[in-house]
Amino acid sequence: MKLLVCISKVPDTTSKINFVDNNTKFDENGVQYIVNPYDEWYALVRALELVESNGGSVTTITVGTTADDPTIRKALAIGANDAVRIDAEPTDAYFVAKQIAEYAKNENYDIILTGKETINYNGAQIGGMIAEMLDIPFVSLATKLDVNGNTATLERDVKGGVEVIEVNTPFALSAAKGMAEQRIPNMRGIMAARTKPLNVVSPVEQDALSSVVKFELPDAKSGCKYIEPENMDELVELLHNESKVL
Amino acid sequence: MSVVVFVEVKNKISKAAMEAVYYGSNLGTVNVVTFGDASEDALKELGQYGAENIWVCRNLSEANDQALSRLIAAAVEKANAEFVVLAQNQTGKAVGPRIAAKLNAGHISGAIDLPDTSNGFVVKTNVYSGKAIAHVALHSDKKVISILPNSLAPQQNQKSGNIEDFNPDLGSNGIVVKELKSQGDGVPLPEAELVVSAGRGLKGPENWGIVEDLANALGATTACSRPVADIGWRPHHEHVGQTGVAIRPNLYIAAGISGAIQHLAGVNGSKVIVVINTDPEAPFFKAADYGIVGDAFEVLPRLTEAVKKFMASQN
Repeated sequence: MKLLVCISKVPDTTSKINFVDNNTKFDENGVQYIVNPYDEWYALVRALELVESNGGSVTTITVGTTADDPTIRKALAIGANDAVRIDAEPTDAYFVAKQIAEYAKNENYDIILTGKETINYNGAQIGGMIAEMLDIPFVSLATKLDVNGNTATLERDVKGGVEVIEVNTPFALSAAKGMAEQRIPNMRGIMAARTKPLNVVSPVEQDALSSVVKFELPDAKSGCKYIEPENMDELVELLHNESKVL
Repeated sequence: MSVVVFVEVKNKISKAAMEAVYYGSNLGTVNVVTFGDASEDALKELGQYGAENIWVCRNLSEANDQALSRLIAAAVEKANAEFVVLAQNQTGKAVGPRIAAKLNAGHISGAIDLPDTSNGFVVKTNVYSGKAIAHVALHSDKKVISILPNSLAPQQNQKSGNIEDFNPDLGSNGIVVKELKSQGDGVPLPEAELVVSAGRGLKGPENWGIVEDLANALGATTACSRPVADIGWRPHHEHVGQTGVAIRPNLYIAAGISGAIQHLAGVNGSKVIVVINTDPEAPFFKAADYGIVGDAFEVLPRLTEAVKKFMASQN
C-alpha cells in the first residue's frame, strides 16, 4: 500500500496571534512551529498504523521552503518512510493543491491523506481540490479508516449521525478527530529521521487565485458582568432583555 | 450577475440554506441547485429569500462529492454563473474545494460577512481558529464562497422561485454509503444557536444529567471540552475547541471549563458567553459576557428552573 500524507507547519496552539506590516503579515516573533495537529495526530498516525499492519510505505508531502524542514523531520521521526518538499512559498490553497496533485499524478498512491484543516488558515480546501484535480473520490472529515485489499471502509459524522461508507482506492480523505491517537517520537525515530530521504522538487507554474489583503483581531469583550449564583432569574432576564439571545 | 447557490433540502429549509440563498441574492440572480427528495413546499420557501430559479436533481439521492460537483458545474454552465455559494457544513467542506478546482476558481471557505466590492472582491473569513479574521481577495473570474453557519441574519427578499427538474449526466460515483448510524435529529453543533457545554468540573460522565436538563429546557445542543472527550466521558463529536468543532452560536454556556486558549479558539465567535466556574481566577471569565462564580452542581439546576419559568411565561 502506497500512502501519501500532506503535512503543513502551523504555529503552536498556544501561540499569541499578532500581525505586523500594517496587519498584512503574521508576527512570527517568538512563535514555535509544529506539524498541523490534524495532519500529524490523525492522518499521519493512521497511515503509519495501516502500513504497519498491511505493509507498504508512507510518504509525506509539503509545499514550503527550508523553514518547513524541521516539521518535516518531525513527521519522519514519528515514522514516515520518506518526505517530499515542493520548493515554493505557498500562496493559496489552489496553488498548494496544484503542486501536490502534479507530483502525485504519476506516483499511483492508493490513498492521499490530509488533516481536516490547518489550524492557521482553517480552509479545509486542499484535500478536496487534490481529489478533483486527480479525478478521484474525496471523503471529507473521516473519523475512521480501515482498508481491506482495494476497498476502504470509512466513517464520518454527518447531520444526525455517523455515515459508514465504502470506497475503492485510489481516493483522498481529510482526517478528523477519532481516526488515531497522537504518537510521541522516540529517540530511535528521531535519530533515524536525520538520514531518511527528503526529496526537494521544483514547483509547477500556478497563479494564486486568492490572497490575504489584511488581518484583523476580533473585538475584545467589554468585560464580564458577574451575577450571584443565587440569582439565575436575573441571568435569564439579562439574556432576554439585555443581550437578546433568549 | 448570475449566481448558483447549492443547498440541501429535506422537508424544511435549514438556516444554512436561507443564509446561502440570501448571500447569493446579494451578488446577483440566484439559481438554486439541489438534489434528492426535497419537498415542493420547502423549495418554494427559498423564493422568499431571493431564489429566482430552483433546479432539482431528483436522480441523485446521496450527498456524493463527485456527483455533486458535476451537478453544480452543470448548473454553473446553464446559468453562465460567476459565483457559486454554499454552506460551510459537512457537505460544503467536501464539495466547495472540488467545485473550485473544477472551475479554476478562487475559494473562500467560511465567509463570515457579505463581500466588500469597493476595491476588488474581498471577503472576511476566520483564521487562526477564530483568533483572527482575514480579509481575502479573490482574483479569479469564477468565485466559490462557502458561508460559515450562523454568520448572517438572512432577510426575506421575495423572488419568483420557479421550480424545475434538472438532471444532467453525473457519471459514476466512487463513494457508497453502506449505513447511517443515527444519533437522533438534534441540531448539529456548528449550526446550533444555543449551546450548553461542560468540562472536567462536572467530575464524571454520570453527572451530565444537569447539563442535558438545561439544554433541554433551552432547546440547546450539548458540547464539551477536549479533556472530557479524550477521557471518554462524552463523544468526540461534542468536543468544541481548536482541535474539535469551532462554533459560533448566539449563546454559549460553559460550566466547569477553565477556558484554555485552545478551547476559547473554538468558541470565541459566540455572540454571548456565560461562564460558570468555582474558580474566580479561571481564564474563561476574561472572555465571558456573564460570569457566575459558583458550583455548577448548584448553579445549573437553578438556571434550568429559571429558564423553565421564563419559557412558561413566554407562552
